[in-house]
Amino acid sequence: MLLLPALIGLAFLLVPLIGLLAKAPWSTLPAKLHSADVWQALRLSLVCATSATALCLVLGVPLAWLLARGGLPGRSLIRAFVTVPLVLPPVVGGVALLLVLGRRGLVGQYLDSWFGISLPFTTAGVIVAEAFVAMPFLVISVEGALRAADPRYEEAAATLGAGRWTTFRRVTLPSIAPGIVAGTVLCWARALGEFGATITFAGNFPGRTTTMPLAVYLALETDPDVAVVLSLVLLLVSVVVLASLRERWISGLQ
Amino acid sequence: MFRRTALAALATVAALTMAGCGDDSPAASSSPSSSSSSSSSTPAVSGTIAVFAAASLTGTFTQLGKDFEAANPGTKVTFNFAGSSALAKQINEGAPADVFASAAPKNMDDVKDKGTPTNFVSNTLEIAVPKGNPGKITGLKDFADKSKKIALCAVQVPCGAAADKVFKATGITPQPDSLEQDVKAALTKVGLGEVDAALVYKTDVLSAKDKVEGIEFPEASKAVNEYPIATLTKAPNAAGAQAFVDYVLSDKGKAVLSTAGFSAP
Amino acid sequence: MTLYADLQVTRGSFALSVDLTVEPGEVVALLGPNGAGKTTALRAIAGLLALDGGRIALDTSVWDEPPRIFRTPDRRPIGVVFQDYLLFNHLSCLENVAFGLRARGVEKQTARAEAARWLETVGLSEYARTRPRALSGGQAQRVALARALATDPELLLLDEPLAALDASTTLHVRAELGQHLRRFEGRTLLVTHDPLDAMVLADRLVIIENGQVVQEGKPTEVAHRPRTNYVAQLVGLNLYRGTAAGTTVTLADNATITLAEPATGPVHVAFPPTAVSLYTTAPSGSPRNTWPAVVTGIEQHAHTVRVRLNASPTGPADLLADITPAAVADLHLTPGQTLQTTLKATEVHTYPV
Repeated sequence: MLLLPALIGLAFLLVPLIGLLAKAPWSTLPAKLHSADVWQALRLSLVCATSATALCLVLGVPLAWLLARGGLPGRSLIRAFVTVPLVLPPVVGGVALLLVLGRRGLVGQYLDSWFGISLPFTTAGVIVAEAFVAMPFLVISVEGALRAADPRYEEAAATLGAGRWTTFRRVTLPSIAPGIVAGTVLCWARALGEFGATITFAGNFPGRTTTMPLAVYLALETDPDVAVVLSLVLLLVSVVVLASLRERWISGLQ
Repeated sequence: MFRRTALAALATVAALTMAGCGDDSPAASSSPSSSSSSSSSTPAVSGTIAVFAAASLTGTFTQLGKDFEAANPGTKVTFNFAGSSALAKQINEGAPADVFASAAPKNMDDVKDKGTPTNFVSNTLEIAVPKGNPGKITGLKDFADKSKKIALCAVQVPCGAAADKVFKATGITPQPDSLEQDVKAALTKVGLGEVDAALVYKTDVLSAKDKVEGIEFPEASKAVNEYPIATLTKAPNAAGAQAFVDYVLSDKGKAVLSTAGFSAP
Repeated sequence: MTLYADLQVTRGSFALSVDLTVEPGEVVALLGPNGAGKTTALRAIAGLLALDGGRIALDTSVWDEPPRIFRTPDRRPIGVVFQDYLLFNHLSCLENVAFGLRARGVEKQTARAEAARWLETVGLSEYARTRPRALSGGQAQRVALARALATDPELLLLDEPLAALDASTTLHVRAELGQHLRRFEGRTLLVTHDPLDAMVLADRLVIIENGQVVQEGKPTEVAHRPRTNYVAQLVGLNLYRGTAAGTTVTLADNATITLAEPATGPVHVAFPPTAVSLYTTAPSGSPRNTWPAVVTGIEQHAHTVRVRLNASPTGPADLLADITPAAVADLHLTPGQTLQTTLKATEVHTYPV
């Protein structure tokens, strides 16, 4: 009963990938890959997605904790706000980031005039845009794990003399590790594929802000074959990274 | 014979040839099937007409569509606005389009089954600066100034290609901070004051005139962008397609287009 | 250094108001039915719940005194064994036991050595590297006890420490727990609903019902002189309240019980179910307490049968009698049947209300 829809579901996810593989210009592929731009964009993508994920972990895990354990008033409303970047078209998210962190933005104007920091058109800007879009995936996964975890273990730790931080680090975190891993994977994958918010907030400049998805989009304008090749490279790298990391993380927990 | 030449010729040549044709007798450029229906009786047009048009035509074509519907009761014009290259791709993949209006001759060339294209407008570049020109931009040479924040279109998209042509012709090496994926994105950055200047089309400056100012520059003449329009051979509504193209090329159509900042081709 | 706890907690319509003291080396059992407020009391003392009123103090050191003072659990010198132990499954048994020491700033090697010593004390040295989920219930309870005691707490709190065990291991684990508690020099507060646990393990019982202390005293004292129906049931006695005049006690519903020893004034009347005998016809002669009664229930116990009777209007409305299975057969006992009951006056105890 479940097998048939499951197989259709799998096919639905895999068929576009097969399409990419079928249309890939295999004969000219090595030549198309032999471009410094490709590797530059790939490197930038990996650096930015990883940094954005790190940023999401640092900010998102405590946020998830606050949502799950903080006993905040209006918690469901806050949770709805957390998911805003999921609903918002990424381009709009990018514009929103510009309005806040741009050179003339609400906060950005002070960053610029006081510290000389300007995020748009910088690699840091890419990381900010990716983190903005990817963070909900992490927060929601981790919050789910926290809500599923039994808070009485935290109480037990407290009675043993552990303060909030020690309890969080030595009891809460290990118990929600699978949720954090899942959230991190989703977050990283989302950041890696991020396009709209990145190009809107950070612009597009090779070596600085042109990540793979941006390179793919622009290649599509002129040479769709190159776009296919770039997409395949991005796909391959992400599959390899996720598969190997996931294996290692999860086995590390046992 | 004439049509084959137009298809095979370089874009500029085609543009010049077509410009002459389009002006005096638009019907002459129509495909055989649509010319018969349009010559038989003018008010016979009806049904839905699907127009695929370059994103830069969004404002004007929406207006033209309404005017056309008013002039031809019983018709309904639907639009698909997007980047010209994306539209060309959709049409070649079998999207049910009646008319294609491209922002560049190259994208028109990419479309396989079509009537003879006619260049109906041209668009020239202009420097867009935020209101009040905070970056004190005076001309094209400021684009080489590293201290200014500059946005250009990526060379892969028409406005970027045009800008590239201008810079090559003038020998200026621009120092952009970003190569935007389309002209609207570049304009957004100017409107928000994130960049001091961008090189966009005159029509784009006009469409955002409450947020940006335009600075004309003489070198713009080095890269005039022609917009071709054509009916499509596989058009579901061939008569409607031809009628709409005719309407765009009519005086009424030209008036709407020139108000928006487009020049005659 | 006495632990003094005046616990005032309000949760909706439920109000807990309990006064407790625990001396060093003493094991106090907080005994009561489900919902009486036992766990609330334990959580308040542990600091997992803030008091609404009252005070918790160990000698001069105040733990909770609303609204000014509240010490979080990690700042109270306590050890807690939770009902389902709550051992950390991502840590080995040794690390579990060392957790409290590490959290209190003891250096890693020292903490591990101390934890190993505790595991040895509870007889689980060979399980040092085992994850808790691989342990049996009794073993997990011993690790939990070692973990709670490792920090050398002033107060050990046990929340239903035997409730999660199956019946076959309870006896053994209870005996062992008793040994550890006797050795422990700090104060122990044991929360339980099982009278046997309380009687065996505690030096003193505090019985609460509906958030109030209803009786307090040494186990034998409570066992022989229950003051509420709940306690009487716990210790398996018939208990009534009445007014004594000479050798006759008159109960609230005008039923009377004859005593062997005279008493006066308001008294509790208690006697074991074994003191009640059942007959199909009224026996002639000696027993002074003879009441016709209707059988309302029959329960099979280990070696006896407990019969619940209604002896009103002449005797108590709710009366328990323990008889042998042979007697059940002789009497052809069925619910609804009317029998003659007798009670030996010499087995009836009275004590002032």
